[in-house]
Amino acid sequence: MVDITPADAVPPAEVAEMELYHPHSWWTKYVFSQDAKVIAIQYSATATAIGLVALVLSWLMRLQLGFPGTFDFITPEAYYQFITMHGMIMVIYLLTALFLGGFGNYLIPLMVGARDMVFPYVNMLSYWIYLLAVLVLVSSFFAPGGPTGAGWTLYPPQAIMTGTPGGQDWGIMLMLISLILFIIGFTMGGLNYVVTVLQARTRGMTLMRLPLTVWGIFTATVMALLAFPALFVACVMMLFDRALGTSFFMPAIVEMGEQLQHGGGSPILFQHLFWFFGHPEVYIVALPAFGIVSDLISTHARKNIFGYRMMVWAIVGIGALSFVVWAHHMYVSGMHPYFGFFFATTTLIIAVPTAIKVYNWVLTLWRGDIHLTIPMLFALAFIVTFVNGGLTGLFLGNVVVDVPLSDTMFVVAHFHMVMGVAPILVIFGAIYHWYPKVTGRMLNEAMGRFHFWVTFLGAYLIFFPMHYIGLMGVPRRYNELTDMTVMTESAHHLNSFISIMAFMVGFAQMVFLFNLIWSIRHGREAGGNPWRATTLEWQTPQTPPAHGNFGKELPIVYRWAYDYSVPGAKEDFIPQNMPGSFGSSREPA
Amino acid sequence: MAVALVLVLVVVGSVLFHFLSPWWWTPIASNWDYIDNTIIITFWITGVVFAAVVLFMAYCVFRFRHRQGNQAAYEPENKRLEWWLTIVTAVGVTALLVPGLFVWNRFVSVPSDATEVEVVGQQWQWSFRLPGKDGKLGTSDTRNVSVENPLGVIASDPNGQDDVVVEAADLHLPVGKPVKMLLRSIDVLHDFYVPEFRAKMDMIPGSVTYFWFTPTKTGTFQVLCAELCGQGHPLMHGVVMVDTQEDYTAWLGEQQTFAQLSAPQQVGSAE
Repeated sequence: MVDITPADAVPPAEVAEMELYHPHSWWTKYVFSQDAKVIAIQYSATATAIGLVALVLSWLMRLQLGFPGTFDFITPEAYYQFITMHGMIMVIYLLTALFLGGFGNYLIPLMVGARDMVFPYVNMLSYWIYLLAVLVLVSSFFAPGGPTGAGWTLYPPQAIMTGTPGGQDWGIMLMLISLILFIIGFTMGGLNYVVTVLQARTRGMTLMRLPLTVWGIFTATVMALLAFPALFVACVMMLFDRALGTSFFMPAIVEMGEQLQHGGGSPILFQHLFWFFGHPEVYIVALPAFGIVSDLISTHARKNIFGYRMMVWAIVGIGALSFVVWAHHMYVSGMHPYFGFFFATTTLIIAVPTAIKVYNWVLTLWRGDIHLTIPMLFALAFIVTFVNGGLTGLFLGNVVVDVPLSDTMFVVAHFHMVMGVAPILVIFGAIYHWYPKVTGRMLNEAMGRFHFWVTFLGAYLIFFPMHYIGLMGVPRRYNELTDMTVMTESAHHLNSFISIMAFMVGFAQMVFLFNLIWSIRHGREAGGNPWRATTLEWQTPQTPPAHGNFGKELPIVYRWAYDYSVPGAKEDFIPQNMPGSFGSSREPA
Repeated sequence: MAVALVLVLVVVGSVLFHFLSPWWWTPIASNWDYIDNTIIITFWITGVVFAAVVLFMAYCVFRFRHRQGNQAAYEPENKRLEWWLTIVTAVGVTALLVPGLFVWNRFVSVPSDATEVEVVGQQWQWSFRLPGKDGKLGTSDTRNVSVENPLGVIASDPNGQDDVVVEAADLHLPVGKPVKMLLRSIDVLHDFYVPEFRAKMDMIPGSVTYFWFTPTKTGTFQVLCAELCGQGHPLMHGVVMVDTQEDYTAWLGEQQTFAQLSAPQQVGSAE
């Protein structure tokens, strides 16, 4: 038994009380607000709205794939525009924005015990630039020629040529401008998250006492700040190629019998820049999900997270390693084949810390007191889908196995399972978990369970069989699967089944959205800490927390975030800001 | 209870689907059964891990579900267990990686007796070029591409004169002979992909990429483009026919060389 260290014994981060900007009007309180919590809601609402567009696009794609030839309005041109916008919206404008701009803004200051982000004004600008980026993106739907249909990877040369929808119209330009704006806006927010975690933690909140949610978001933000510049320059260079006639990515080309005025550029250079961003991007989405799900599992299993320090180092290790694996997206790109040896090795090494995280989640369940609340259900479903998607990553990461599978539906199934379904299940779990803090009310339980079961099982039934269509050799990004020898009659039926599942899962999301709105007024009152959780956001004097978060005095932290079911303690949780010694807490330090 | 049951069903259903569903790869027609074997090893290792993790979860959910008076154990760390799991994982990953890298080494080492065959992709068709009697392909340049010279062969290179040019038609290959596919594009990225051969590689304008294989079965195989190349991408089909040596020789005899194809043009330009 170890005595709990009093606050003085833990070197506190030096925190000066910050001057907050107090709103004077409705506009500065709810619209041009500098409160991170309001900005978080704005980010989340915008991301959800644009996410709905992506959802509808996925339905349109599934209509075409499941029932080919039935819907005349889905021309090849339109199909390529749908897949491109769906992919880009989901990865960048929904997942990245929601995890970092949404959850990051709401949770970082509350969880580290800060009044707000350190640069509230810049934080506000971050959202408005993000909104502008989204509007530019949406405007491409109404531009002449429509949005770009280059695929979300935007590979040149086709991205800026006439054979691709939007290539010589407005589509690709608006896409690139929107991405550039997004990155500018993100950088403003990202600097805030990093500096807030490093500089604005309250007394006693050492780095090794941070909840894993904060570790995940923090590491992801650092990565994003390092990775997005590669995409930024790639966008600028492609914009120059398209608008000014430069040849960064454009070699000598004969297009439909005509020599183009380009020469000497390298299409593969773009791929390197894109994936130098693109692979870390996978973990920019995954690490916040890893962090959040750790906290969900721990809280709802009433048990400390197993191997906290290992979890932190796994997050940091994955973050670092993810910068040296990018070319596993390019095994069959025509880069020098010897790169395959290096990138296959680094890619499979990253499986080790990732596996450790999975073990520690399931070992947290072991000998727990598992409450099968909706957040817990989503966390369990996350583990299933993440393990599934992670393991198929071992196929694609192993260079020679990737050769037959790359650019097939196997890849589509893999990345949807691992970075689509899995993180989105965490987002849902997190919303059910923190909604009571944000609104003061619980989400409706019955609607929540319906939403969970349809989403989890439906998504699994969509993407698990899809791997096998890829294994048959069916390429991705085909709107026409007819006239293909590998595509059997029964596989067409399977495709129809997948489409029907997709519509059902989509419908369940409407129920979820209804629940979000309905429960604001009609949900059960939650109180300040309905899950009996330890972390600081549940210990605020008001729920929802007021501007400034913590009333007159900032909380002081006396323990790690995972003192659940401490033997000898009266309750099965001890909040981080509870002073004194209770039972036999053994905080790893 | 229901949750634990569903988790078990997910595992059972996935395993049954894997073994019983009719959806599986096409019969192989090349020497790359090494790749198929590596995939099978990977299926086994990952399948066991998936089943183990999810079944363990199902057990935990069943055994440690909340009941009145339960209390969770308090165990922040277990160094021994954590290290054991790390080591076991590392061993499993190595078991996947090492055979994979061996096969990759084969994949990138072209046998010296492989015949070179050039594939040229353009929106949205496939053309081919085979070396003539000299066994060498002449050099080419996208800048030379024209109606008369669709592959951009450099006319001043003597090696190119006897090259056999197959424009927008089927490619024939003799069975049992290794071929090195030299891949070129004159407009955007394409990817030469025959599912039965298991191999594929992107084609990049401005570069020549390659892969090699040995066709092991005679027959007709469909070529698909596996890299998004614009609106016509899904329709960019081609045909490779793997022939017996006699059939192949007969087919080759009917094809025209670069010199024959460009002869009328030379007359034309002399006027």
